[in-house]
Amino acid sequence: MSETSSNNGARPVGSGAKLVYVSSVVLLCAWVIVPIYFLLINTLSSPETVNSFPKSFFPEFDFGSLHFFAEFSGMITALKNSITVALLTMTMSILIGAPAGYALSRFDFVGKNLFRLLILLTRAFPLPLLALPLAVMFIQTGLDDTTFGLSLVHTTLAIPFSVLITFSLFSGIPLELEEAAWTLGCTRLSAFRKVVLPLILPGITASAIFAFVISWNEVFAAAVLTIENRTLTAFLLQNLGTSPLHLKFAGGFILVMPALIFIFAVRKYLFAMWGIANR
Amino acid sequence: MAEIEIKNVAKNFGAYEALSDINLTIADQEFMVLLGASGCGKSTLLRIIAGLETASSGEVWIGGKRIDHLAPKDRGIAMVFQNYAVFPHLTVFENIGFGLRMKKLPNEVVRQRVEKVAELMHIEMLLSRYSGELSGGQRQRVAVARALAMEPDVILMDEPLSNLDALLRMEMRAELKGVLAESKTTAIYVTHDQVEAMSMADRISVMHQGKIIQADTPIQVYRNPSAKFVASFIGNPPMNFLPASRSGTKWSVAGAKFTGPETKIDILEFAVRPEDLKSADNGICATVKIVEPLGAHLLVTCTVEGHLFRVVMDSDTSLKTGQIITLAPQANRIRWFDPETALAL
Ligand SMILES: Nc1ncnc2c1ncn2[C@@H]1O[C@H](COP(=O)(O)OP(=O)(O)OP(=O)(O)O)[C@@H](O)[C@H]1O
Ligand SMILES: [Mg+2]
Repeated sequence: MSETSSNNGARPVGSGAKLVYVSSVVLLCAWVIVPIYFLLINTLSSPETVNSFPKSFFPEFDFGSLHFFAEFSGMITALKNSITVALLTMTMSILIGAPAGYALSRFDFVGKNLFRLLILLTRAFPLPLLALPLAVMFIQTGLDDTTFGLSLVHTTLAIPFSVLITFSLFSGIPLELEEAAWTLGCTRLSAFRKVVLPLILPGITASAIFAFVISWNEVFAAAVLTIENRTLTAFLLQNLGTSPLHLKFAGGFILVMPALIFIFAVRKYLFAMWGIANR
Repeated sequence: MAEIEIKNVAKNFGAYEALSDINLTIADQEFMVLLGASGCGKSTLLRIIAGLETASSGEVWIGGKRIDHLAPKDRGIAMVFQNYAVFPHLTVFENIGFGLRMKKLPNEVVRQRVEKVAELMHIEMLLSRYSGELSGGQRQRVAVARALAMEPDVILMDEPLSNLDALLRMEMRAELKGVLAESKTTAIYVTHDQVEAMSMADRISVMHQGKIIQADTPIQVYRNPSAKFVASFIGNPPMNFLPASRSGTKWSVAGAKFTGPETKIDILEFAVRPEDLKSADNGICATVKIVEPLGAHLLVTCTVEGHLFRVVMDSDTSLKTGQIITLAPQANRIRWFDPETALAL
């Protein structure tokens, strides 16, 4: 971008545009990074520092807050629950979503477009609206207050994404490759395993991690549908009013980290998925 | 034994009729070329034989067995795809060996066969590359090699040499023909290239709008086209046509008289190939429009009573635009068509 504008010979305009460009990039980065940085500082400071004023701009690498967090009763269980639910969600949404995405990209069937619309429509109903009837149903079926029950709800939330992501991934793989495999002695299944799967695995991973993050960050259903087996988000929400500041920081940090790491790891596929060429 | 029989095959895509009433028998070890304009249904026919597309109606038999209900892998075929379909996640070696690995052949056999066909296709130095690192022509040769390595009863090739330069194509043409004859493979070969069709085919099937118009030996297709479409499609430049009307016992064509077929129809179409004409004292009068020297010959485009008329002449002939020449066709090379049905008489 900047290269083309400077090549035009319009130097003053180019450098002015560049200034705006650079400052908006800096601003946007600051927008994202500064809160996370403060979160980091406070997490890695002793409880006393966190509660005192003025704040330091550098972490003192004291693990007091994190230690306190780990010791806080129920916190580790909540963390475990979060991980369990997220892993279950990830597995289920791929197991259900990827075949659906494959079918959408490879087969013509009546109501295909309606089906795609319906998948998106599942996101049209606000969760609070569904949470109460869901809670009643879960209590009736004994799924209430279980990690499995909650991951079912999270899977429902994640499936539209996993279907649409895998649909676009599968569509990107020419059918001819599969057909070639069929003529070379493969069944539909073995062609899928030997040709499509290796090509699509990175994308599937990305969509799995996306499902993980959706579940990890979800708080409403978790808060309504669980009482004893709370996930980290619900647990922190519950204790938000009563817990000390350094606990909130540590909890917030623990919540943010996986999402950040995962998104960073799969950024390439997210960009590809959203049609942004980053090369 | 792999005789292919296609019986009454039709294919519709929704309301569009891509193939209709296809009947074709390809003998064991025959080299059949499908020739036709873009979009006439050549690939569709190949895909039906391969089992990648289901025919709307009709039957396909290979080696005396009806196979249209079988999966592609059980038909004893190998196919070269028009768009190559080289697997991007595998090396050239593994691409060529893919089908052999599926057959669970021992490593040593796989290696030998891969190296053999790779050498044949002149890609032995590319075996460790990925398809992303190949040129279009190299990729195409990988696709051909992959099909050859299968040593199938029937090989289906969809424009397998289209992306090669003229010299390499000529070489590959000969080698491919040789290998297939040696391995006693029945081949169906799709091409746009008439020279390729003429030089390789045992028989050529000329297709037009989803139908097979004529299936015959190259020389028959060239000399005795069964329909006006074939006459105007085959040959570069194609046949010339002029209207002919009955004049006593003879036929009058642009003022000249010719002996024609016995028929009840009063209007016919006279046809002759551009190379079967000679300047003469009397015959068809033509006005020269364009003179194109092609090295070995002179391609002269004329008009005869407003109809386009091409003549191939010796390159020493000196002609000027606007000049009027008299042309006499070689009598045994004249063909006649019924203007109503467009079929040969
Ligand atoms: N899946 C499909 N759906 C609808 N129409 C199709 C489909 N596949 C092919 N067709 C149509 O059928 C006709 C024949 O297609 P085909 O691919 O067999 O042509 P072709 O003879 O191989 O042409 P080319 O020489 O350009 O490869 C074309 O008009 C094409 O538009
Ligand atoms: Mg084609």
